[in-house]
Amino acid sequence: MSWIGAIRRAGRIVEPAPEAPADPMTPPTGLVGSLQLRHVDCGSCNGCEIEIGGAFSAVYDAERFGARLVASPRHADGILATGVVTRNMHDPLLNTLAAVPQPRVVIAVGDCAVDGGVFRGGYGVVGSVADVVPVDVEVPGCPPTPAQIVAALRSVTGR
Amino acid sequence: MNALAAVGAVVQVGGVLAGAPFVVGGMKQVRARLEGRSGGGIGQPWRDLRKQLRKQQLRPTGTTVVFRVAPAVAAGSALLIAAIIPLVTLGSPLDSSADLFGVVGLLFLGTVALTLAGLDTGTAFGGMGSSREITIAALVEPTILLAVFALSLPGHSANLAAIVSAASGDPAQALALGSVLAFVALVIVIVAETGRLPVDNPSTHLELTMIHEAMVLEYSGPRLALVEWASGMRLTVLLGLLANLFLPWGIAGAEPSLLGLLVGTAAIAVKVAVLALALAAVEVFIAKLRLFRVPELLAGSFLLALLAVTASSFLASAR
Repeated sequence: MSWIGAIRRAGRIVEPAPEAPADPMTPPTGLVGSLQLRHVDCGSCNGCEIEIGGAFSAVYDAERFGARLVASPRHADGILATGVVTRNMHDPLLNTLAAVPQPRVVIAVGDCAVDGGVFRGGYGVVGSVADVVPVDVEVPGCPPTPAQIVAALRSVTGR
Repeated sequence: MNALAAVGAVVQVGGVLAGAPFVVGGMKQVRARLEGRSGGGIGQPWRDLRKQLRKQQLRPTGTTVVFRVAPAVAAGSALLIAAIIPLVTLGSPLDSSADLFGVVGLLFLGTVALTLAGLDTGTAFGGMGSSREITIAALVEPTILLAVFALSLPGHSANLAAIVSAASGDPAQALALGSVLAFVALVIVIVAETGRLPVDNPSTHLELTMIHEAMVLEYSGPRLALVEWASGMRLTVLLGLLANLFLPWGIAGAEPSLLGLLVGTAAIAVKVAVLALALAAVEVFIAKLRLFRVPELLAGSFLLALLAVTASSFLASAR
């Protein structure tokens, strides 16, 4: 029964929602409020993954804006790509994107995904995500804060 | 049977179609609130479905007609169950076939269709999900049969409407030993059949722990929407059946009036909502069982159902 007490004491952990995005992009399907994403780690140091975990945690709760991470690219409306694209992850990234049904978006999270970051020009590196697939939304930062990631997701869900 | 009974059957099907996403959304919302989140709102599954229906339909290489028709079979069998079981009224035009064996068979048909679709994709996760789903289904179906059989003994009929009308004629019956045991057994098998905690975690992203999700990983667009809709409808009709088998308050009779239909609709909506919210609240406190321990849970529920049959038949013969 101590769990019921814990639930009552914790109450609502979630932070109040900031203002809705001023100029959201047109959602891929033309319908606001629903966005399923498949996360692809193209060669990240896992710093961005921790912040993405934070964005979907109880504190930032990206799910209240209609965004959700899913287990299959076929269930998704887009990819959430983190890290610089390494040679080993180049083909898997293309295959994953091909498995996402149209219309779809690509969101690049973190400096490495946006422009290569500190790994730019490395011998095992193909390039940034935009060098491989067309990117619709970029979230700069090393790593970006959960609030920045949530704001980027809201600019796509429109909620 | 009158014209309003047919209207009642239409209301049942329409209500399950429209209400199932709200049942799923309400359960997610309860979970989110208890976790301290604010949640996507109870309309979120509807928004997801609406969006999926507008998306491209990808056809994985090598899949056959089995993969393509499975979502329609799953959704169709759930809707047929919604039409024949007594949810709003006892007088459904299909009542003569509302046999408990028929309903369990239809449930199994939907399960088997998705299982074959999972095998048809030829992927590792599809086959793994199918094997797990069929393992659970093989343990669940006999328990549902036995539990409803225990309930059919007082009414001397396997017809669902007859069972429900016997229960509404004798409300104290719901507290009889056989009924209570059958209720617990049915709750466990409904949780297993609809892939809820502790048997399956509906919100997991880990392919290795998935059961239902693993089978449908290859679906996209409108077919995915149909699969998700069908699983919501199965949950809704099973909760509705559970509610009416034990607490048939407010259900319209075999010759319903317009007022009776309205009361019946409101009653079943309230009952399903209360059951769904209670189930979601309990789920917050439990973790997923290891796969190899699931058969122990289901064997326990089978034992309860067997005891329920024994208790009901002894009590029925003692009278």
